[in-house]
Amino acid sequence: MKRRNFLKACIIGGATISLGKTNKGWASGSFEGYPESMGVLVDTTRCIGCRSCEAACNKEQNLPEPETSFDDKSVFEEPRRPTSTAYTVVNEYEKKSSGGPVYRKVQCNHCNEPACLTSCFVNAYTKTKEGAVIYNSKVCVGCRNCMIACPFNVPGYSYESVTNPVVKKCILCYDTRLKVGKPPACVEICPQEALTFGHRADLIKLAHERIRENPDRYYDHVYGEKEVGGTSWLYLSRTSFDKIGFDTTLSNDPIISNVKDFLGMVPMVLSIWPALFSGIHLLSKGAQDGHGHDTETREEDH
Amino acid sequence: MPSYKPLILGAFVLSMSAALPMTASCLSAPDVITLNQEGKLYKPFSFDHAKHIQLIKECSDCHHHTTGTLVQDPNCVRCHANSSPTKVVSCKGCHSSKPFSPDTLAEKSAAKQRYHQDKMGLKGAMHENCLGCHEKRGAGPTGCQECHPRNEAGNAFYNADKKGKATHSKHE
Repeated sequence: MKRRNFLKACIIGGATISLGKTNKGWASGSFEGYPESMGVLVDTTRCIGCRSCEAACNKEQNLPEPETSFDDKSVFEEPRRPTSTAYTVVNEYEKKSSGGPVYRKVQCNHCNEPACLTSCFVNAYTKTKEGAVIYNSKVCVGCRNCMIACPFNVPGYSYESVTNPVVKKCILCYDTRLKVGKPPACVEICPQEALTFGHRADLIKLAHERIRENPDRYYDHVYGEKEVGGTSWLYLSRTSFDKIGFDTTLSNDPIISNVKDFLGMVPMVLSIWPALFSGIHLLSKGAQDGHGHDTETREEDH
Repeated sequence: MPSYKPLILGAFVLSMSAALPMTASCLSAPDVITLNQEGKLYKPFSFDHAKHIQLIKECSDCHHHTTGTLVQDPNCVRCHANSSPTKVVSCKGCHSSKPFSPDTLAEKSAAKQRYHQDKMGLKGAMHENCLGCHEKRGAGPTGCQECHPRNEAGNAFYNADKKGKATHSKHE
């Protein structure tokens, strides 16, 4: 009976620990971003597709030279996604629309509750109080979980180095600019002020004001205000967002909400299962072996 | 026979003097303005102000509410029906050249009650004004370098030496 009591204690103890962890998981789902978080409002109705933001990002982040000049407009033929050598790209939509083409800048949206951060098991990602989602390439093991987790297909993977495989993406110019209060390089270069830098909370108000004052110019939605729990980058558009390459099927719940129940089970599995299964194993072995036989004897029996 | 000449001359002078205030305000406007003087990637260039006055005639088309015909937008008229022309009419008089600097953002945060929170920066305002009008009228340059040619730093910045896709081999 001693063994049975021990197993009981294990199960009760494990369940207590796991319940505690699960509650913590639920609480994290209601995080609405840091109050002083900065952000960028992208007004796609102002963008002229000059690709200056791409050039500025390339220089600011010391990225490799582009394949073709940033004047090259043939890149608009196919929609592009951010890569390890280009943290931001501009795509062209509505090419044949009467209102002219629509250009949309793509980069990391810097989620309030980043799925990449949730998925990273070495804790390479950090959401800073300024709103940037940054990562520590020194601890990245190159598992690419974040690439799969990201709802916006943002993180790019650097294949160049076998010994130091890292994921790369926009960090809102955190190291060189955001940290000292300066706007990201893309915002500063934009000739049309299609990019507005400021406190995320102010930008949301500003975006709704623009819609209210110019109802003919804007589709009545601010993308990123609520999507996947809210993002630091926000978008305004002339047309519905699905027409300019946005995923409009995303839920307003952060990605972590989809996995928190499962993640809550992990500590339970880790603490109970070893005890449970070794217990079952020992019990079954005990039942098989009867009493007083040692392992070696049993193996000889077989 | 009395000569009508002095009379005609007098009438002419009178009509001119009546027109003078307007003429004078136009005369005080510069004919040529050098823009982008602080440009790092693009060269400074001359903006032919006189030509634009001749072509457009209406000062407020560019200077919105600061000179020429004053506000007519029904939304603006609610408050600005009696607003007079302003002393400063240059773009940079109102539009900050550093709209997102820590100082500007701090100033904005301190004046949260201000109605006009969404005022564009200098660069954005000028591009939107010039480009927007050129596109709307289908006249005037709309390409970057048609107004301001790039300097060497600008060419390097945009990697201008890299050829277009068609002529470029991927594995060079």
